[in-house]
Amino acid sequence: MILSAPPAPALIFDRVSLDFAGKPLFHDLTLRLPGGQTTCILGPSGCGKSTILKLIAGSATLPFSGEIHFDPPPEAGRRVAWMGQNDLLLPWLPLVDNVLLGARLRHELSEPLRHKALHLIAEAGLAGYEQSLPSALSGGMRQRGALLRTLMEERQVLLMDEPFSALDALTRLRLQNLAARLTAGATVVLVTHDPLEALRLGDRIVVLAGSPAQVAEIIEPGGKPPREASDPATAVQYGQLLTLLMNGEP
Amino acid sequence: MKALRLLLLTTGLLVLWQLLVILTGAPPYILPGPLPVAKALVSHLPVLGSHLVTTLTEILLGLLLGTLLGTSSALAMIVSPVLKRWMLPLLVISQAIPVFALAPVLVLWFGYGMASKVAMAVLIIFFPVTASFYSGMQRTDPDLLELARIMGARPLAVLRTIVIPQALPAFASGVRVATAVAPIGAVVGEWVGSSAGLGFYMLHANARMQIDLMFAALTILAAISLLLYFCIDRLLDRLIYWQPNQGTSL
Repeated sequence: MILSAPPAPALIFDRVSLDFAGKPLFHDLTLRLPGGQTTCILGPSGCGKSTILKLIAGSATLPFSGEIHFDPPPEAGRRVAWMGQNDLLLPWLPLVDNVLLGARLRHELSEPLRHKALHLIAEAGLAGYEQSLPSALSGGMRQRGALLRTLMEERQVLLMDEPFSALDALTRLRLQNLAARLTAGATVVLVTHDPLEALRLGDRIVVLAGSPAQVAEIIEPGGKPPREASDPATAVQYGQLLTLLMNGEP
Repeated sequence: MKALRLLLLTTGLLVLWQLLVILTGAPPYILPGPLPVAKALVSHLPVLGSHLVTTLTEILLGLLLGTLLGTSSALAMIVSPVLKRWMLPLLVISQAIPVFALAPVLVLWFGYGMASKVAMAVLIIFFPVTASFYSGMQRTDPDLLELARIMGARPLAVLRTIVIPQALPAFASGVRVATAVAPIGAVVGEWVGSSAGLGFYMLHANARMQIDLMFAALTILAAISLLLYFCIDRLLDRLIYWQPNQGTSL
């Protein structure tokens, strides 16, 4: 919907190496994340899943060697949008202003943008809460707010770091459906520790293992996300994925 | 309920006071009972009132100037790291000198009038306000700053939308401390050299052995300090609506 032409770029990691606390986290990691698709990154904790997102986001504190590039390169300064495990909603701003945070921080607030934010809020089932402070919202509502704030950025690359892990199971399923619908067409990189989430949302699932982390397996579940958890194929793949992850644990 | 509690508390304190007088058998020129003090208070109300106006003006002006000065110093240090490196040692040195020892110097420089007392109050208030606001701004959630960076935020917008509001609860605790200590500054200033104010009046009454009057002035000073503290406390709670009850509301 909002993520119209040109097509979303692919992300390419070319022989990326990075040391963390004196130990190699990645060594010559090469990876291609296709454009316009959702790639879920799974792996044991501490394997560097979140670091991959930070590298894509261009965090200045991570000195790495190798190359990370977007194909085709996006407009300067409009590369990615970020969503993390914490909603990071500002407690002093009402929901609609939180959704519009990026525009406010860039001095780009406008009436059409505001309309769009209100429209998105309604679409996410939060109509009537536009002026509510985050403290008056439930965890699931706040995380929906964070998702809308990410979408308002209109970036073609969305980085999501365990965005639903702090939610209860039902709320998580609903939010996964909403996210799948609203992010269709964008290049989404979603880090998760939940194999089922990866299977529901990913066009591709990249499993990381080892130290330094390497790609252990790339799975393409087939069909369109969001997949139903009750789908027999998903259930079978869930079992396989769990076995794979268990074997990858040190 | 609150009013009742306050009434009971005050009555309790008065009873305790009277008990102390009876039990110790202290003569009225050492410890007058609450009743003679109340009589003195009523009979000298106009003169006490005029001295109260002087002291209250000193306190309020000191609070206003000290808070303004503290706020701008903290902002200057956050905006400019160079300025911070020069100001931080100065701030620490300024705290190493006992401010009360400066009172005679201030009276010498600013005269017997109101200016020296205001300066005294400003000197005491400056540090808690600067320190609390500055450390509040420094403790901004790094994830929020990273989010702002990814959004391509402008530095001033980050300061206004994220850093300052996030530091306001800390700033408020600084202002609460300042409100509690501001009367000390004003009264100490009056003791060292003045011709008006409750501090001056207390010394004056003491010299003439009008101990009941001295206690009357002290009672007014305590009452007005408490009232001021609770007004500021309520105001701050209302302004910083996203984090209420930081202080000690009755």
